[in-house]
Amino acid sequence: MREPLSFKVFRVVVLAVLSIFILVPMWVLFTSSVKPLGDVQGKFEWWPSHVTLQPFKDIWSTVPLGKYFLNSLIVCSISMVLSVIVAIFAGYAVSRWTFRGRSVFTTTILSTQMFPGILFLLPLFLIFVNIDKVLGFTLLYQTRVGLIITYLTFSLPFAIWMLAGYFDGIPRELDEAARVDGASTLGTLFRVVLPAARPGVIAVAVYSFMTSWGEVLFASQMTSPDTQTLSIGLQSYSTQINVYWNQVMAASLVVSVPIVIAFLLLQRYLVAGLTAGAVK
Amino acid sequence: MTSNSTLDRTDGRRGAARRGLPGHAKPGRARGTSHRLAPYLLIAPAIILELLIHIVPMVVGVWMSFVGLTQAYIANWSTAPWEGLSSYKLALDFSSPIGNSFLHSFEVTCLYTILVVGISWTLGMSAALVLHRNFRGRGLFRTLFLVPYAMPIYAGIMTWSFMLQRDNGLVNHVLKSLGLTNGDSFWLIGSNAFWSMVVVAVWRSWPFAFLMLLAGLQNIPDDVYDAASVDGAGIWKQIRHITLPALRPVNLVMVLMLFLWTFNDFNTPFVLFGAQPPKSADIISIHIYGASFVNWDFGFGSAMSVLLLVFLLVVTGIYLLVFNRRSRRA
Repeated sequence: MREPLSFKVFRVVVLAVLSIFILVPMWVLFTSSVKPLGDVQGKFEWWPSHVTLQPFKDIWSTVPLGKYFLNSLIVCSISMVLSVIVAIFAGYAVSRWTFRGRSVFTTTILSTQMFPGILFLLPLFLIFVNIDKVLGFTLLYQTRVGLIITYLTFSLPFAIWMLAGYFDGIPRELDEAARVDGASTLGTLFRVVLPAARPGVIAVAVYSFMTSWGEVLFASQMTSPDTQTLSIGLQSYSTQINVYWNQVMAASLVVSVPIVIAFLLLQRYLVAGLTAGAVK
Repeated sequence: MTSNSTLDRTDGRRGAARRGLPGHAKPGRARGTSHRLAPYLLIAPAIILELLIHIVPMVVGVWMSFVGLTQAYIANWSTAPWEGLSSYKLALDFSSPIGNSFLHSFEVTCLYTILVVGISWTLGMSAALVLHRNFRGRGLFRTLFLVPYAMPIYAGIMTWSFMLQRDNGLVNHVLKSLGLTNGDSFWLIGSNAFWSMVVVAVWRSWPFAFLMLLAGLQNIPDDVYDAASVDGAGIWKQIRHITLPALRPVNLVMVLMLFLWTFNDFNTPFVLFGAQPPKSADIISIHIYGASFVNWDFGFGSAMSVLLLVFLLVVTGIYLLVFNRRSRRA
């Protein structure tokens, strides 16, 4: 269809404004991470007058970034694996069966996703503290275990939702053929349905990892200096006497790049999954 | 495409008609029983986790709001004194300084939400309309526009925090070179803090609106446009009379999600300002957080959380009632 001039102008304006809006912070992030400290403390410069990779070395010693990284990796990986497994089971049930309570289950689980996090934080804080007191040792409060259990449920609703959507797209005849061959429910799920849903499972895993990797609210109260994750750890660069802005930017870059690349590589699957519910 | 909103997947009857039950396809007797149990076993882990981390804490949270859970009682909750509705009275007594700051926080949150959702929708809609049509470089822009959404929340906000610094930040530098200010404004304290927070939140949220709307556009069948094109409708007319009405179900869900996320937003103020933001940026989640963890009064914090939840439930209920009904009628 032909496009009138007004639409062409509209396109140029929209693309220009939004690209600038996104690219300026990106540019600041990249260039500031290779500036020496003196340059980021002085007047802002668009183009770095001195380029150094020193900030990328210093970030590891100014604050214990390695420890934060390890904590985030442990917490996010384990909660990702567990949440994907739990979501596979639940998603399969929602996709393949009509059972009593199904609509209550899906509605409840999705609506918890929409509730304010602070509503859960206060009671969980209290519950964790008091469970540990009864146990006599620290199991949940400010531990990785406590954080893993909590994070696991954050990505669960969308994970179930997305996987149920993928399973819906896999022909039921596959299940039935496997059943005729004598496969059990779990056998059918793991040997027939899951291999066909692999892109969906990968997308859900990435989504779940991203959710916990970026979580701030619970990390701010439910971690100790030993179990602190990146989302809070990164802020300790700015509580130093000097704010090491070049290191803040370098560290932000280091924690973002893997996630952004994974997201962009898998965007086709992720976007399909994230939007499926709303569009259908 | 049989249903028209997110909530419809929860409609079991429609699902039944579409799906057919595998259990009934091969009705062996012993098999039938285990098969009827199977879905419950499969959702059991999810239910247990939801109960432990969401449902039980919610119930405990309501209980907490009636109890005087100050610092002394947090590790010793069974001895905390019952205080009835006093926390609610404190929060809702708008003539007292405490109730007044709660009301102020609520008002700031409403303004913040309206601005962030409104601007994010406008930007997302414009980008989706542009990128839905083919042109050279489309894939590149599409990928670029997803970057703020893909980045860890705190990394993006910290970059903005650097840009908004008074002496060495980009914002003041640009404003000064354009001759708009002297370049010495504070952006992270005082009344400017509110606007900084809005810009940062929009930066982070609009790609989500864009994603959803683009997916919605791709679901509108081409023949609808072809028919309109034959009728001689121009592109703007088509957008107004075909595209926007067809996007209604997507908008319904997306605006609701953006509204709830923005209203509950904690990350933006916390990463920009820390646990105690300037008064102009004191939105509700961080206000409750401050009352709970800075003053260590969990009872009062819980009461405010419950009030927040009730407000959100009422607004969501009215929203769905009004718009769902109208879209069914259409």
